Parts: sequence; C-alpha cells; structure tokens
Amino acid sequence: MSQSLHSLRFRLTKRFGAKTVLRDFALEVRGRQFVTFLGPSGCGKSTALNIIAGLIPQSDGEVWVDEERIDHLPPEKRGFGMVFQNYALFPHLTVFGNIAFGLQLQHQSPPEIREAVRAMLDLVQLPGLEGRYPSQLSGGQQQRVAIARALVLHPRLLLMDEPLSNLDAKLRIEMRAEIKRIHARLGLTSVYVTHDQTEALSLSDWVVVMRDGVVIQAGPPSEIHDRPQSLFVADFMGFRNFFPVEVTAVDADGVEGVGQGMLVRGRARHPLPTGAAAVAAIRPDDVELGPEGGGANRFRGRVEIVEYLGRENEAVLTLEAGPKVWLRTPRSLAADESVTVTFPAEKVIFLPREPAA
Amino acid sequence: MRRRRAGEASELDAMAVVCLLPSLLYVVIMFVYPFLHGIYLSLRPAKQSGLSLANYVAFFTDEWQYRTVWITFGIAVPNTVVVVAVALLLAYGMRRGIWLERTITTILVLPISLGVILLAEGILGFYGGRGWFNQILLAAGLLQEPLTLTHNYTGVMLSLFMQQFPFCFLMLLGYISGIDPSLESSARTLGAGPWIVFSRVMLPLIAPGLAIAFALVFVLSFGVFPSAILLGQPAGATRTIAIAAYQQAFEHYDMSYASAIAVVMGLFQLAGLVVIVLFRRRLVMAPTMGVGKR
Repeated sequence: MSQSLHSLRFRLTKRFGAKTVLRDFALEVRGRQFVTFLGPSGCGKSTALNIIAGLIPQSDGEVWVDEERIDHLPPEKRGFGMVFQNYALFPHLTVFGNIAFGLQLQHQSPPEIREAVRAMLDLVQLPGLEGRYPSQLSGGQQQRVAIARALVLHPRLLLMDEPLSNLDAKLRIEMRAEIKRIHARLGLTSVYVTHDQTEALSLSDWVVVMRDGVVIQAGPPSEIHDRPQSLFVADFMGFRNFFPVEVTAVDADGVEGVGQGMLVRGRARHPLPTGAAAVAAIRPDDVELGPEGGGANRFRGRVEIVEYLGRENEAVLTLEAGPKVWLRTPRSLAADESVTVTFPAEKVIFLPREPAA
Repeated sequence: MRRRRAGEASELDAMAVVCLLPSLLYVVIMFVYPFLHGIYLSLRPAKQSGLSLANYVAFFTDEWQYRTVWITFGIAVPNTVVVVAVALLLAYGMRRGIWLERTITTILVLPISLGVILLAEGILGFYGGRGWFNQILLAAGLLQEPLTLTHNYTGVMLSLFMQQFPFCFLMLLGYISGIDPSLESSARTLGAGPWIVFSRVMLPLIAPGLAIAFALVFVLSFGVFPSAILLGQPAGATRTIAIAAYQQAFEHYDMSYASAIAVVMGLFQLAGLVVIVLFRRRLVMAPTMGVGKR
C-alpha cells in the first residue's frame, strides 16, 4: 500500500433525492499529481471527494485505481488517507494514540509504531507532543496531527477536504506551504477540495473548477488564472469588471466591442463572430490610471469610494459612460477626483455572454 | 470590565448565599431532613428503647425479608442490561438518521406519556392469557397453549422495559448523534471496519452517557414497586425490597423497620452506582491501555 498509484480515474453521478449534485463528473488523476476541486459551496466538490474515499455511495459511476475497480470497496479497504476540515482527531486518544491508530489496526509491533509516530511528528514539525490530547493543541497543531495520522499509513492517495478553512489567515498561509512541502517531499498523489482560489492556484498541478456538479474548466493553475473560459471562472479568478458588449470587429490583434457607450479592445479565447453578444472583463489590478486622451480602452470617470489596503488602494469609479470600474493602484486617490483609466488590451478578455451568469 | 473595589468580592459572596438560600432550604426540608430522620428512625426499633441495629439484624436474619434483595437485583440487573443494550443498539443504528425517523421515535417514546397504571392495564390485556399476543401465536399454530406472561417475573420485566426504554433511548440518541460524524469517517479511512469504529472510537466517547443511562435505569428498576404489584406476584417471585418496606410501613405499621429496609435499599442502589462508575472508568481506559499490547 505504500506504493503511490499511477492513476485514479472516475466518473461519478450523485443524486440526493430529486437533486443531482454530481453529473457525470469524470477525471483522471495521475500519480504524484496535486489536483484541486475548486468551486463555491454546494458545487459537489466535497461530495465527490467523499465518494472517492468510499464514505458516500455514488448513485452511478465508477472509480478505478490503476487496473482495479474500487467503488464497491468500503473506505477501510481503499488505502486512501483523508484529512478533514474539522481535523476529526479522536478526542479520547493522545496525539500518539491518534497517529498510531491505523498502525495498531495493521498489527505492527510497538517499537515500529513508536518509531513511525516519532518520524511523522518530526515531518509535521511537532516533535515531542506524543502525550498531548487534541484539546490541548491549537487548530494548526491539530491539523498537523491529522495530516500525520493520514500519512503514517503511507496512503496511495491523500484526500483533503478544505483542511485549511478553519484556520486563521496567517496560519492558513503557513500550512499551505507545509502541505506543499510534504506533498513534494513524499511524492504523494493528492486530491484537494477548496473554495479558495489562492489555495487552489498555489498548491495544485491541476485545477478543476466545478459548478452544480459539473466541470466548468480544468487545467494548470496558470491557465485557469490567465485564460478563464467562462464568466463563472473569470469571476472566481478575480475578474471584477464586466462590460456587456457587442462584438464589432475581429482581427489578428484581437476583438473589438461596443457597449454602454464604451469601445473596448481585448483578446478572445473563443471564436466570437462580429455581432456576437459578449462580455469584456478585466481584473481591478490590471486597470491603469492615465494618460489623458480618448479612443478604445480609455475612459474618464469620477472616484466614488477609496479603500486603503496597505500597499495599495482599491477604488470604485463611475465612468462618464455610466458603468462602474473597480481598480487597484498604489497611487493615492481622493473621492470625487476626476481620473482617466486605461485597460491594457492584452489584459482584457472577451467571453461569450451566458444566461446563467 | 469593571474594576473591583475592595470588599466587593465578599458582598458578592453574600449575595450568592442569599440567592442560594431558597434552594438550599428546599433541599434541606425536602431531602436532607427526611433522609436523616429516616436513618435515625431505622435505628430506634419500636419494641426497644435507645439506639440499636435490631431492625437491620432482623432484616438480614429473616429469609423472607433478605431474599427481597436478591429478587430485586434479579429484576433490576437484567432489566438494566436489556434496556440499555437495546436502547444503545437502536440509538447507534439511528445515529445518522433513518427513513421515517420521527414516526419511529414517536412510537418508541409514546409509553412515557401513558402512566404506569395504564401501561400495566395494556400489558395485562395484550399479553394476558386471552390477550392478542397469545391469540395470534395460537392461531398461527406457533403455540399449543397460551404463554403465561403476566402476574409473574416476565410481566414485571415487560412493564419495566416499556417504562424505562423511552428515556434511555432518547438520552442515548441525543448523546450519540452529538458525536462528530467525521470521527467515524476518519476512523474508516484509517482502516477501521464498523466493529472497530464502534469499539475503539464510538464506545469510549459514548461511555459517559452510557454510564448515566445505566445508573438511571438501575436506580429506577431497583425501586420497582407498582409494576411488581400490578404485573408480578407481590407475595412471591416479585416481592421486591420496596414491597417489603411498604408492608412494614402500611400493613404492620412499623415505621422504624420500614425505614431500615429503605436505608438498606438505598445502600444497595449506591453500591450499584459505584460498580457502574468503576466499570465506566475501565471502558474509557480500555482503548488507551490496548496500545501496543497485541
């Protein structure tokens, strides 16, 4: 069981009563990959993880590990490790008892168990805490113990269900790095569930964005981040400014659109014909201030609200053309100030308009 | 936070005592005094002057009297074990919710709302010689002659079970469904099958609730009185210690002897509780002590 798997393949459908929470959700995870299911709550990501673990039965579908179909196996026969959002440490057992739990079930000898537990506590940087009870540990320490408890069995697949969402912001960043380090060091294959795009981008080799039980987009983090293929993914990846436009020109450099009295140029991932209904989108960080002038991608507006964020300011402008624009800039702005903003054409993406968004 | 002035602490204590006074008074008048008076009474036998243990000696040398201790244990212990075991089994099975859960819970809990007497009448009717239970089994050819299920030991057990099961079940269900379900999930992913999950994770966590259930059901069963009279043989097989005390008090008008019997009963109940507490400690310790022992 200590051998990492070569591939995990599944196709899952799950219905709760009349509600379908997973609809033919299919994926192949290769050995040593770090795959993240990313999506808002209720998108089915946790359900999928629990089905892979064997904790929830699927309504339809299959789970394969290498050449073996495993969806009929109970969780204890699958050889997967799992880390839970609320840590799920056994409160009546010490740290040692918790980490040793699985080893004792495998009837390993006490000296072997002691050594394995010690090595794991070193790995998660909690040496010497064997005798503590979970209630005597901080949240971060508890999650480290939970990770050690899963890893000590050398699982062929590590499943993590929002393991960082109960931690405070600082600890979350620390533990994120920790998980990444352990994943690389042990050569694990991991499936990670989160609703936090930063976690997904920083940890994964492959991000699967989900909504309503289906895959919306899947790819390496940089692709998901830079080239979202739908408004939903763009919204999730931090695009904040959306302008409904009609495509007026398509040429080698990109796409041009007009809407709400604005002329916008940008790139399109999808073939958008002239006259198509589209949405032009840009992140607040990519909106630039100045220079004065007119033409495409350059608009005058008035500052409505300024929020100080430390290294930069976030401001909301109302353009003369009507729409609002969110922008981030290190420059200090005052409310009611008149400014000109520029959307660099290479940062503007055109997406097909969709009814649901 | 307000800063405390000197002397405020003692004022606060005085307030606390004043607030506590009504409840303290209640406990003293309604419990401590009658209890101590009962003990005192039990040491003042009717036929003697001065303090003496004569009543206790009389009880433990009279076979007709002291056998009530064994009779009562014979009812209370099996009843407690059966009630708690069945309640635990059901509550554990229902811990994640089941189909028609509310309906089933309501039916299981219904007997609480009926009094002991009504329950006894029902049992007499249903399980009696001409009751439905026997009629159905006879008609189905499963029996040649009716079973005697009332006015004996079985009748008392049936009645006690129906009275005490709902309380015990509800208490354990509340206790068990309060345990984080992800503990069970994590144990499963660590290689534990359903039985190991129960014995090494859930049982130690349920143990405190289980001990309370055992204690409550045992103490209630040990004091069994109406059921033993209405559905048992109060002059024979189900003459419990409570009946013995009642007879001394209201048939022989010997309050002193009756008090002595009541004190003996209390002591045995206390002994039962001590055993339960000790057993609970073992239950909680077991999984930790098992480390590396295999």
